[in-house]
Amino acid sequence: MYAFDFVKPGTLAEASEALSHDGALPLAGGQTLIAAMKQRLNAPEKLVSLTGIPELKGVCAGDGGVTIGAATTHAAVAAQAAAYYPALAALAGQIGDPAVRNRGTIGGSLANNDPAACYPSAVLASGATIVTNTREIAADDFFQGMFTTALHDGEIITSVKFPVPQKAAYAKFQQPASRFALTGVFVAKFADGVRVAVTGASESGVFRWTEAEAALTANFSAAALDGLSVPADGMIGDLHGTPEYRAHLVKVMTKRAVVAAG
Amino acid sequence: MPKDGGIGASTKRREDLRFLTGNGRYTDDINLRGQAFAHFLRSDVAHGRINRIDTAAAAAMPGVLRVFTAADFAAVGGLPCGWCVTDKHGQPMREPKHPVLADGKVRHVGDPIAVVVAETYAQARDAAEAIVVDITELPAAINMKAALAPDAPLVHDDLPSNLCYDWGFVEDNKAAVDEAFRTAAHVTTLELVNNRLVANPMEPRVAVGDYDPWNDQHTLYTTSQNPHVIRLLMGAFVLGIPEHKLRVVAPDVGGGFGTKIFHYAEEAFCTFAAKQLKRPVKWTCSRSEAFMTDAHGRDHVTKIELALDKDNNFTAIRTETYANMGAYLSTFAPSVPTWLHGTLMAGNYRTPLIYVNVKAVFTNTVPVDAYRGAGRPEATFQLERVVDKAARELGVDPIELRRQNFIKPDQFPYQTPVAVVYDTGNYHATLDKLLEISDIAGFEARRADSARRGKLRGFGVAHYIEACGIAPSNLVGQLGARAGLYESATVRVNATGSISVYTGSHAHGQGHETSFAQVVAEMIGIDAKQIDIVHGDTANTPMGMGTYGSRSLAVGGSAIVKATNKIINKAKKIAAHLLEASEDDIELKDGKFSVAGTDKSVDWAGVTLAAYVPHNYPLENLEPGLEETAFYDPSNFTYPSGGYGCEVEVDPETGKVEIVAFSAADDFGNIVNPMIVEGQVQGGLAQGIGQALLESCVYDDNGQLLSGSYMDYAMPRADDLPMFKVDHSCNTPCTHNPLGVKGCGEAGAIGSPPAVVNAVIDALHRAGHTHVTHIDMPLTPARVWAAINGN
Ligand SMILES: Cc1cc2nc3c(=O)[nH]c(=O)nc-3n(C[C@H](O)[C@H](O)[C@H](O)COP(=O)(O)OP(=O)(O)OC[C@H]3O[C@@H](n4cnc5c(N)ncnc54)[C@H](O)[C@@H]3O)c2cc1C
Repeated sequence: MYAFDFVKPGTLAEASEALSHDGALPLAGGQTLIAAMKQRLNAPEKLVSLTGIPELKGVCAGDGGVTIGAATTHAAVAAQAAAYYPALAALAGQIGDPAVRNRGTIGGSLANNDPAACYPSAVLASGATIVTNTREIAADDFFQGMFTTALHDGEIITSVKFPVPQKAAYAKFQQPASRFALTGVFVAKFADGVRVAVTGASESGVFRWTEAEAALTANFSAAALDGLSVPADGMIGDLHGTPEYRAHLVKVMTKRAVVAAG
Repeated sequence: MPKDGGIGASTKRREDLRFLTGNGRYTDDINLRGQAFAHFLRSDVAHGRINRIDTAAAAAMPGVLRVFTAADFAAVGGLPCGWCVTDKHGQPMREPKHPVLADGKVRHVGDPIAVVVAETYAQARDAAEAIVVDITELPAAINMKAALAPDAPLVHDDLPSNLCYDWGFVEDNKAAVDEAFRTAAHVTTLELVNNRLVANPMEPRVAVGDYDPWNDQHTLYTTSQNPHVIRLLMGAFVLGIPEHKLRVVAPDVGGGFGTKIFHYAEEAFCTFAAKQLKRPVKWTCSRSEAFMTDAHGRDHVTKIELALDKDNNFTAIRTETYANMGAYLSTFAPSVPTWLHGTLMAGNYRTPLIYVNVKAVFTNTVPVDAYRGAGRPEATFQLERVVDKAARELGVDPIELRRQNFIKPDQFPYQTPVAVVYDTGNYHATLDKLLEISDIAGFEARRADSARRGKLRGFGVAHYIEACGIAPSNLVGQLGARAGLYESATVRVNATGSISVYTGSHAHGQGHETSFAQVVAEMIGIDAKQIDIVHGDTANTPMGMGTYGSRSLAVGGSAIVKATNKIINKAKKIAAHLLEASEDDIELKDGKFSVAGTDKSVDWAGVTLAAYVPHNYPLENLEPGLEETAFYDPSNFTYPSGGYGCEVEVDPETGKVEIVAFSAADDFGNIVNPMIVEGQVQGGLAQGIGQALLESCVYDDNGQLLSGSYMDYAMPRADDLPMFKVDHSCNTPCTHNPLGVKGCGEAGAIGSPPAVVNAVIDALHRAGHTHVTHIDMPLTPARVWAAINGN
């Protein structure tokens, strides 16, 4: 780790100001950023903590949806969103281990957009809206490939607005070492159709499996997926699985999510 | 019921109080006044020629005391190898120099190029980034077979090839073995990989060097399993420091698993630099650094053949193994694939003819050396896999095929065709016990239940033998060891009767402080709380060889018994004097000396006080004091054995294997503390299951370490493991050590990998996937799925 400055503002306005300078980065739970800094892979001059800003925290329900503050921890989402959006809460409860869940945040996870992270699948499958200090971004526009998002430098995610589906579930197959998603599928059934988002599998990050969406919209059952398959092309191949294996898992996990959604 | 604190009691581990409350004193807790910090600049390429190292900018950085390179070590020896293997032509192995810092070439990712010592750790690390190294990257030798090709890049330019040795055992048996294969009714062949592992003890390595110029006294604090071995290797072979000027201290050590046996460059560096700089110098390994510098384990590629006659009796075994040495010879590396592996190839069986061939190969990877089990897991894995495969080919029950070929209980002592003599054992008993505790009778019902849930259930067994209690010094000397393998103990009885036992064994999680005290408490009949076990410091313990190879109780414990017997003999003389009786009439029971057949007695403290306050004492023929030292050199190895049973559920859609039950029936001979033994077995099982399902150290073709952190190197976690059923009621005590103990530290890691793989293959076969005859470890979901689907 290199030396850096640290500030912990109490309001969003102060945080925005602090982040308008070059070399400053937001710090949420630090579960990704601090590890990268320790390895000297990232060297911000200044860290602006987002964990002291009350307006960035909490889960609140209303208007047929749930809004989650960006600095809300995974553990808080697991506990507080359970009543409103059980599939989302269950996803949060499966991230990492208790230490990670008690520090890591939804905003940090989305800003980082790790291709194996869990939240991006829920956000994309729910058709959620990412709210920042300057604008609102639809999930379909937000994720732009591995570790890449629509965020500008210094832009702060403040909350995420989730429409709550009629039925939903997340099926995660763990990578054996990191226990991130080797392949994770979030299925969400709304009145006007089904959305399916896949994480962990593709070299382009989280993506929607549109063929499955169409099939499930017509018939929300695991059997509806029988004839479908995902091409291995463009899937990640690494120590833990070939592209063919991941492509296969996409279908298996999608079926399991459909069954779990009921 | 054994008395609490005596032999046979599950006495709680006294050391856990400090370990579990975070109050252990580990090497990194040692901070000396004026201490400076070392940071190693390490190679990020696997193989390269160093053209130039420019340290000027780094040396000028804030806080930097000095930057060291190979040039500073010109007058210093290389890191020595402690075992010389003789090849099948009678020639000694090839033994390239292992410099403290890379000299001219880097040979693996992580090879140290330069070291910065600075006032703070951060300053040392910053300055290391300012060192300019000009390296010409060379093609790397990574795959062992490719590394032996005539045009392969040479890891060591001064050697004719990357072959360290080509070993044949027993070479004189080769023709007879080949003949047995020609006439066999059936031959089963299996090619397999024993996956490379990283030991990953919880505590990474640390070294603190200190130098006292006024007494010309060096001290090294280090995370070692054997401080005397480090003192000897580093003092005599690397730095040229005589023993009386070098103290090595290994305080609390947080796990070793073999990888802390060896002498490492960082130890020599910190000791050397402390004298140069007249300041204590500390190095603390990061976890990432540990992945690329701690000696790795296993990494064998093997072809094994088993010959059987028409009645399914084993008639011969023939193996060919490629064993990875890595870039340099680590301290005991050459012994692992040879003497610790070839001598175990008989397993539990009566196979009359065995030939083992091992080619040890240099590659541009981290050195490979002993890791929990060391050679014996490799032997057991191939043998127990090939026996299972043979049973399937022959259409017989793998359990029955084993039983049929077991050495029979009345055949002990049993001379194997691979040099060793098993003193005791009863493999039929442990196998029967295993089948009982694993409820094999209920298996079919459980399998049907799994099938209803879409899961494939399988059951696999493995039966192992190991050679522990290493080892008779004269024997290992003939085999190439450059060390003796005795153990030592000093029992110092104090005036008021309390006792300090100084042992040459070293504890790094094994519970010696508890179990060794139980031995002495039982022998004298006093409360174990009166006894302290002291270890880890060459300044106060007699020359000891340390802890590995499940030797501590069998060898170190025997030295304690010997020394305690000397104490008891002398104490009886004192008691006879005090009681005015003949020494022959004195009996020791429950800490009391009495004259047989009378009510005259003196208690333990009365005798010990007389020894140190010898007012009424036979000074004319007995020295005052009560302190004795003993060295114990074993006359044979010990041979723990056991049967392991694994029950798995395989998810055919994802390939994921879940271990739903695991049972172990071990024969460890006599048992001092059953709870500690069970804990050792459980830990070993966790590591063996880790190897079987999860762990794999992988290099790419350029020698980059792909599994260099816990993001990619999968360690077993509690929820990967079932509740274990561990039994050690089938005991055949060792016949040649005074405690009748055999050792239990490695068994779990030795016996479990083949049991797991056999169970998975069984599950697949029962489900009709009979084309799957083997899957290489680790059996990751991806590999199992690929195997089921025929690729
Ligand atoms: C052991 C371990 C296991 C894990 N397992 C999983 C898993 O199973 N599934 C999973 O999905 N994740 C997993 N994670 C990642 C975890 O969820 C992290 O918490 C998450 O990726 C980052 O969140 P954070 O709050 O810690 O962000 P930080 O590390 O603080 O920041 C990450 C990045 O986001 C930026 N940032 C943070 N907050 C904001 C914001 N509000 N607006 C804009 N930018 C912001 C930071 O500047 C930084 O670049 C694991 C992590 C660890 C250490």
